[in-house]
Amino acid sequence: MDTNRAVTARAITKSFGNVVALDEVDLDVDAGQVHGLVGPNGAGKTTLLGLLLGLAVADSGRLEILGASVGRTLAVPDGVAGFVDGPGLYPSLTGRQNLSALASLRGYDGRRVADVDDALEQVGLTDVADDRVRGFSLGMRQRLGLAACLLTRPRLLVLDEPANGLDPAGRHHVHRVITRLAADGVTVLVSSHRMDDLAALCSDVTILAAGRVVFTGPLSKLAAESGELDYRLLTSDRRTAHRAALGTPGLHVVPGRDPGRWQDTEALVVRGPVPALDELVADLVRDGVAVRELAPVIPPLEAAFLALTDSDTGPDGLDEGDL
Amino acid sequence: MTATVALTETTGRPAPMLQGYRFELVKLLSQWRIRLLLLACWIAPALFVAMVSQQSVLPTDTVFGRWMHATAWSGSLVVLGFSCAWVLPLLTALVAGDAFAMEDRLGTWRHLLVAVRSPRRIFVAKAVASLTVILLLVAGLTVSSIVGGLIAVGNHPLVGLDGHLLAPGDATGTVLLAWISVLAPTLAFAAVGLLGSVALGRSPMGLLIPALLAFVLQLAHLLPLPVALRLALPSHAFLAWRGLFTEPAQTDALVIGIGVSLVWTVVATGLAYRLFLRRDFTDLTYDGSGRRIVVAGVLPLAGLVGVTVAVVAGTTSAEGTGIERAKVESSLTTAFGHLYVMQTEQLNRPAVTEAELQATASCDRGGDRMADEGPGHDWRCVVTWHLPGTTATGNAIYQLDVTADGRYIADGDGPKEVNGYFQVRTPLGDSPNPLWQLDGNVDLLARNPKG
Repeated sequence: MDTNRAVTARAITKSFGNVVALDEVDLDVDAGQVHGLVGPNGAGKTTLLGLLLGLAVADSGRLEILGASVGRTLAVPDGVAGFVDGPGLYPSLTGRQNLSALASLRGYDGRRVADVDDALEQVGLTDVADDRVRGFSLGMRQRLGLAACLLTRPRLLVLDEPANGLDPAGRHHVHRVITRLAADGVTVLVSSHRMDDLAALCSDVTILAAGRVVFTGPLSKLAAESGELDYRLLTSDRRTAHRAALGTPGLHVVPGRDPGRWQDTEALVVRGPVPALDELVADLVRDGVAVRELAPVIPPLEAAFLALTDSDTGPDGLDEGDL
Repeated sequence: MTATVALTETTGRPAPMLQGYRFELVKLLSQWRIRLLLLACWIAPALFVAMVSQQSVLPTDTVFGRWMHATAWSGSLVVLGFSCAWVLPLLTALVAGDAFAMEDRLGTWRHLLVAVRSPRRIFVAKAVASLTVILLLVAGLTVSSIVGGLIAVGNHPLVGLDGHLLAPGDATGTVLLAWISVLAPTLAFAAVGLLGSVALGRSPMGLLIPALLAFVLQLAHLLPLPVALRLALPSHAFLAWRGLFTEPAQTDALVIGIGVSLVWTVVATGLAYRLFLRRDFTDLTYDGSGRRIVVAGVLPLAGLVGVTVAVVAGTTSAEGTGIERAKVESSLTTAFGHLYVMQTEQLNRPAVTEAELQATASCDRGGDRMADEGPGHDWRCVVTWHLPGTTATGNAIYQLDVTADGRYIADGDGPKEVNGYFQVRTPLGDSPNPLWQLDGNVDLLARNPKG
């Protein structure tokens, strides 16, 4: 047993009738890591998260969570918290009552009040703590769900679409909480359809497609898997930049490519390996051309996702539901 | 799952039972629907009894309704009768019938399972919390109806269903016993509610099942069913409490009714528990399965009715509809005797005892072409008694409407000063005539008095 592993799954298979949700899935999540789980609808993400939370048992395979083997009964190990398909909250109770009840169920009566207040503060809901959840927005519910997880002081946090319904400020808030937890040694397994969220949060990702793992590893490795990417280059002198790009070995200027949603004519789209891009930037700086923006047209994670899952739809086209 | 070596099994401790129960109670009591029910049950009966008791026209078609002006205890029993017919099944539907479905509607099953870590404890906590709320509601009905009556009418003797008088102290105990006895069928309906709630998930049918069952059983009780079948139904104790108000009390039917209700409670709760533990909580859109409900719910309960009928038929004297001429005559004679004595006191005449009256009744149903048995409104009885202080006898006629559960209303048609008029002139003024119309209850399980 690797004591640095929060999750070890080997050949996990789970079926619902004739539908194979997970097919011989392997997963390793190191302790203290923020690990992303991504995949198209029906890939088996929710099923896998459900197994980790003890909501279902696998048909076959081996699952170890926080050093303990998961048996056949529906049970979640100590130290595991999280939610799938959105947090479970009771609309007739206030935010504070929801959390207090959870603390009470977990036997935290002694330190309940302080912990509840602390959890509410961490997710920025102190001001509405005594309002009934019935009036909460989707984003507020997500944050309250996260607060409920924090209350249990987890060692493994399993989150399904935690940024769903959040405005940019709320998303930033949630990112901060997750990042802080990881810094404190908490392992976070997060599934999301938002590639930018995963890219911002995760050190490692696992991509599922049709119940199978098609990629697992660090983000940098995933970016490499995505091959050469298209980059949007915005400079102070487009003509000079275009000439420099053509003169850089390994780089191609993509003709007729819509450079981005702003439809500006000042941007170029170039394709090539990262070292060639480095060389281009150095040349531009030497020529006195300001580089205002250099970014992938499609983020690496998204590009890899599309490549590995053979998906025809972009990430914006993905639905919320999953198997 | 394949075996693992040298690894400890998961050790997630389930939530303490008391905390789970408290959480379920908080969830129930935070719902406006439950709060409204509690408010209604603790206030409405008092208002109803207080207002109706003061009316000149009383609900005489309801058992004890004709005595609402006379004692607080009648008002409580009228509320009890109405509650048994409609209110209690409806309350169980709204509380127990929604206990599990609520989590399906809110999509909170996964959260609850992760928090409590034990489906067994979730089931027990939900069942006990539902039971607590139902008991609070029944307690409200009881206390409120009694308090309303005591304030509006006062603590006076109660006329029983055989005409005998229960002193206020005895009435208090018997009325409370009647309310307690209906807890058993209430529990049975609550258990059916739990079963429906578990089996049907988000479907509103789960909520309706106790009310639907109550409606079907009410229809059944209107029919001239064999006594064994009538007693095997879980709602019989909702009617059998009336037997407490005769002397001697008709306890056999009540005890059987309570026993059957408790068996239903255990079986339906067990079926719900079994279904709950086998449920797949990964399906968020669970609306139940028709086949599963029939196999795991309806068929076992139908089988239970069959077994209970066989047991009741084999262990009691239950025969036919339980309503026979001799029983009707005996019941009417007793009631007439008790009420005649009461009327004599009311009119300030010389005291007379029932033994001196030597009252007898001769009953016939529907003339010569019909057998003198079974429920119907065509029973005709002639009551004969010895006039006090003379050798002459008096005769009074009663038209009886006997219902299938054994209850009857006897409508007097005799001498005006005995049972021919709705009022009698007393030294204190006109008063309702106790012999004009009277309520009675035939003991369905009693052996034929002449047999």
